[in-house]
Amino acid sequence: MAEVLVLVDHVDGEVKKVTTELLTAARRIGEPAAVWVGAGADSGKAKLAEFGAEKVYVAPAELNDYVVAPKAELLAKLAGEKSAAAILVSATAENKEIAGRTAVKLGSGVLTDVVDVTAELVAEHSVFGGALVTHAKVASGTPVVAIRPNSVPAEPASGAAAVEEVSVEVSEAAKGAKVVERVVQEQGARPELTEAAIVVSGGRGVGSDDFSVVEKLADSLGAAVGASRAAVDSGWYPNQFQVGQTGKTVSPNLYIALGISGAIQHRAGMQTSKNIVAVNKDPEAPIFELADFGVVGDLHTVAPQLTEEIEKRK
Amino acid sequence: MNIVVLVKQVPDTATERKLADDHTLDRAASDGVINELDEYAIEEALLLKEKHGGEVTILSMGPDQATDSIRKALSMGADKAVHVNDEALKGSDALQTAYALSKALGTIEFDLVVLGSESTDARTGVVGAALAEYLGLPQLTLAGKVDVDGSAIKVQRQTDYGYDVVEAQLPAVVSVVEKINEPRYPSFKLIMQAKKKPVQKLGAADAGIDTAKVGLAAATTQTVDAAPAPPRAAGTIVKDEGDGGAKIAAFLADKKFV
Repeated sequence: MAEVLVLVDHVDGEVKKVTTELLTAARRIGEPAAVWVGAGADSGKAKLAEFGAEKVYVAPAELNDYVVAPKAELLAKLAGEKSAAAILVSATAENKEIAGRTAVKLGSGVLTDVVDVTAELVAEHSVFGGALVTHAKVASGTPVVAIRPNSVPAEPASGAAAVEEVSVEVSEAAKGAKVVERVVQEQGARPELTEAAIVVSGGRGVGSDDFSVVEKLADSLGAAVGASRAAVDSGWYPNQFQVGQTGKTVSPNLYIALGISGAIQHRAGMQTSKNIVAVNKDPEAPIFELADFGVVGDLHTVAPQLTEEIEKRK
Repeated sequence: MNIVVLVKQVPDTATERKLADDHTLDRAASDGVINELDEYAIEEALLLKEKHGGEVTILSMGPDQATDSIRKALSMGADKAVHVNDEALKGSDALQTAYALSKALGTIEFDLVVLGSESTDARTGVVGAALAEYLGLPQLTLAGKVDVDGSAIKVQRQTDYGYDVVEAQLPAVVSVVEKINEPRYPSFKLIMQAKKKPVQKLGAADAGIDTAKVGLAAATTQTVDAAPAPPRAAGTIVKDEGDGGAKIAAFLADKKFV
């Protein structure tokens, strides 16, 4: 069975959940082979084995010193050497870039923001703010597929996770853009927005830069905090938490929209969420068309009550 | 410093966007507007020009109606434009577009290419990276801040955890994220001036584009089918009677979230 390369997302050796989802998807296509860049593979490989990785290719941390290009060289090299059936990455902004460059190197094609993929490598997309569902495939060569987090439910299956060190000579061309500093901005204990299983977002209805009503509910659920463009434009919450067409796209199991009307630009960033709960004063707000459960009311009374109820049930 | 800004005309998000029978974008179905994120790219280029001098050239690939977006870009203050327009390019996907743009850039002298981090229609977010690959230039994408000093360029690349500080030598490819700046509104004077600014038309052959590599027939990805998304099952909407929060908690408990 042909190998399917899965680029591992990890933080200091801790494998992210989306990687277990990609390994699950990879098993439909062929034999999953994880691609690990940097340190920590020894501690992370148990998780990879648990989700069916037969191999773990480990490349040196030096690849992280330059923007995107070295990882594309690594994936293209491995795809050639191993005659890989496909390359899967998570659909983060950076990984989509890696996917694009890899596909150019391989002369194949790239499918981004995929929400499902079949054994025959037909990928499903949700486009135009969720209005259309399309299926697409790569015309020739090794398909490179970027899959949205929380799209394919992770299912365990044991794999050997045999570690193999890969030597890579980063080309001069790939060293053009050098990372000289990494700046970590505080987001507390909350999960990363695009990967979170639950997202609680606040919009215009929050009414001020006091987002504590949103944050408290999020924390009671172990959720990430998001914001609508209206809230970000008003300066109430930082830009990197914006959900929507020009911000982040999320696809969590549960999305709670507080005081968000649900304009098409916002829906484009959250429409594929599995369960949607909305609280809005305006009964005509378009968000209620999407909501599995909606409350017409003031988020400033509804959300604290919800937070309290959740704490009670713990 | 000469800067090229890539501009794409996209269907207006506020209108109903459709695909044609061949699954390419139905451009007649909705109004074409300039891709919103490109306005940040234009603004950043203009700010760099104001600081370092040089010229700002708009490069756009698209059919005749893309002229409207090119004029909009010029009315913000860009100096001139190059419009790559050829029937052979119709239906090109993201990678083919990056290839074609890389060729068109070969006809322009530049120190920096600036583009928006993604388009609001296809939203692949790969064109900047693929373009850097084709051009063999440093990739400084997802920039939230750009500084140029002589031939050195430094950007803050937005990441999930914050940002990376990235350095390179010009020429380079930069993509910018929303909120990097506040795009200016064209003044009446600039709008009038824009009508007289030169727009060079290039066919595929003029730009050195191999037509066997572009267009729908040669696309690297193929859309197999497209259908309206199945409607979501109608949800339960209740009015808050002082127990709205408790009712949501019950819903969440039912779904095993709490």
